[in-house]
Amino acid sequence: MGYQLNVQGFNALLSELSQEYLIYAPKCYPGGNTFSDTDCIRYGEIRRAEEIVFDRKSDYSFKEVLFPVSETLFYFTEEHVKEGDCPRKKGAVIFLRSCDLHGVKNLDEMFGGNGPSDYYYQRLRENVKFVLMGCSAAFENCFCVDMGSNVSEDYDFSVDKKDDFYYLDCKDKEIGEIISGLPHGEMEVCPEHVTQTKVQVRIPENLDASVAKSTMWDEYDNRCIACGRCNFVCPTCTCFTMQDLFYTDNGKAGERRRVWASCMVDGYTDVAGGGSYRKKNGERMRFKVLHKVLDYKQRNGHHMCVGCGRCDDICPEYISFSNCINKLEKAMEEVSGNE
Amino acid sequence: MDVNTKKLKKNAFRVTKERGLTASRVRVPGGNLDARYLSLLQEIAEKYGNGTVHITNRQGFEIPGIPFEQMPRVNEMLQPVIEGLNINQEEPGKGYPASGTRNITACIGNRVCPFACYDTTAFAKRIEKAVFPNDLHFKIALTGCPNDCAKVRMHDFGIIGMTEPHLDPQRCVNCQACVKACRQKSVQALETVNYRPQRNTEKCIGCGECVINCPTRAWTRSDKKYYRLTLFGRSGKKNPRLGEDFIKWADEDSIVKIILNTYDYVKKYINLQAPGGKEHIGYIVDRTGFEEYKKWALKDVTLPEIAEVSTPMYWKGIKY
Repeated sequence: MGYQLNVQGFNALLSELSQEYLIYAPKCYPGGNTFSDTDCIRYGEIRRAEEIVFDRKSDYSFKEVLFPVSETLFYFTEEHVKEGDCPRKKGAVIFLRSCDLHGVKNLDEMFGGNGPSDYYYQRLRENVKFVLMGCSAAFENCFCVDMGSNVSEDYDFSVDKKDDFYYLDCKDKEIGEIISGLPHGEMEVCPEHVTQTKVQVRIPENLDASVAKSTMWDEYDNRCIACGRCNFVCPTCTCFTMQDLFYTDNGKAGERRRVWASCMVDGYTDVAGGGSYRKKNGERMRFKVLHKVLDYKQRNGHHMCVGCGRCDDICPEYISFSNCINKLEKAMEEVSGNE
Repeated sequence: MDVNTKKLKKNAFRVTKERGLTASRVRVPGGNLDARYLSLLQEIAEKYGNGTVHITNRQGFEIPGIPFEQMPRVNEMLQPVIEGLNINQEEPGKGYPASGTRNITACIGNRVCPFACYDTTAFAKRIEKAVFPNDLHFKIALTGCPNDCAKVRMHDFGIIGMTEPHLDPQRCVNCQACVKACRQKSVQALETVNYRPQRNTEKCIGCGECVINCPTRAWTRSDKKYYRLTLFGRSGKKNPRLGEDFIKWADEDSIVKIILNTYDYVKKYINLQAPGGKEHIGYIVDRTGFEEYKKWALKDVTLPEIAEVSTPMYWKGIKY
């Protein structure tokens, strides 16, 4: 069902939703980015429509709403263990774009379908409504069309902001009822999506693990600084590590946290006995790229990368993930020639 | 030829080694100007000077080889530059009203540089507005961060940008980027305690390396901008020395006020018998003692709560 709301109407909807849900959307953190006097667009709780950033891609994805950067799993004393409280007491409404909505599917697969279901993910995943933010044009570095993530149907309602109006396509019955009770216009609404991006990628049909032997990865040994930004902004990276810590004023009590990990950052491949795999940054790049566009698909039938391009947007060394994908074809020729 | 050298110097011209020829000194606060003014300077140099322009140590321009009698014409041609750079002036068309207080220099700052903690150009222009014109010999320089590319410790007032880093522990992934950057590039103010960085606030110099290197926005900059103010660095014959720290975590308003207060102090204590009636501030402070200076400097100044004022202060340097 399609609706048109003005800003008051949309705010009334948000206010109504906030009874039952916390509302998360890309918002502006003034001065909150790396360099001085630069803003950061990332996910945070919002109350009003004006806080939602529609005209820029968020620097970080929605991922942290469902999978916190750092989460205490449990607290322990000598004899007892107490589960960490759920970081969210209400349901969640998450505003996100089509690429990210495809990312949700990947998170669900990783935390739900990859061995035992992840309890901590599931408790945050429950009672979540997704709001698709339409894309009237692709942003810099987006390549969703080639990754097949430019269109999504799995939303509870969609929103396109044009001038001072919000155009919604609502699939959720409960939310539809709320909207019906507000001053609104009714019309056919189809969320906007892009059909073309400036950046295009081609993943070779014959891509396989032999590409690991290519020399294409070597350039990243020096170019990459292993900061992990590409992983942290990615809507589909789900790696985490554990921290067991003991409180300093009582060494017998403490907590276990899980925090995001990055396959690009030192320490990721450290193993007992002092071993460490993938010491070179080019090897780490290879691992990441092939996970995103090769072996994830072998297990799940579709690529992990959703083409949001945030890794390209944030790389301080201007390393382009999409450009790396486009080097794979030549690399396959190189390694097949070698055989 | 009858030329009042005192007047022409005050008018930002210079007595040069070539008899009858002067040089025009153009102020460029913060070392930043619209490119269109460069062609005006070119025109002056080609029409009245010897066709060259010297880029000065203080980020201004000096146009040499100008005959004294052309000074009025040069002043007229300089008018758009003086107005365009928003220089306080007493009489339009008559050039610069003073030259004692030197051009305010600044590094490129946060309009371009990723390390800078503030807009050095804007702050330089603000100070210029507050202090110019003045005949007293003051040198003020600003630099965006503790790298001090602008070498502000060579000046009477050195202003070094600082940010107070804030950690959101919930966003920290213990990647060690901040700890490594602080250890290798800065002052080792961070150590890891229970998987998270702990900042030693006494050591921290507010360079922002932790923020710059943080991949998750766990470290962010303070809303407020802070500055380290260094005092009375100088070059020169008797006792060249680096400026010493006066205030750590000062704010913009306080710095402007302290500089203005210093003018009052110098007016009171300057030795009028000194050659040309000119004496550098640092030597006056050497004479009156720092505590007397401090009394004047901090008059009606309200520093931020976190500000740390150094006292007493001593300077080193080479003494000849």
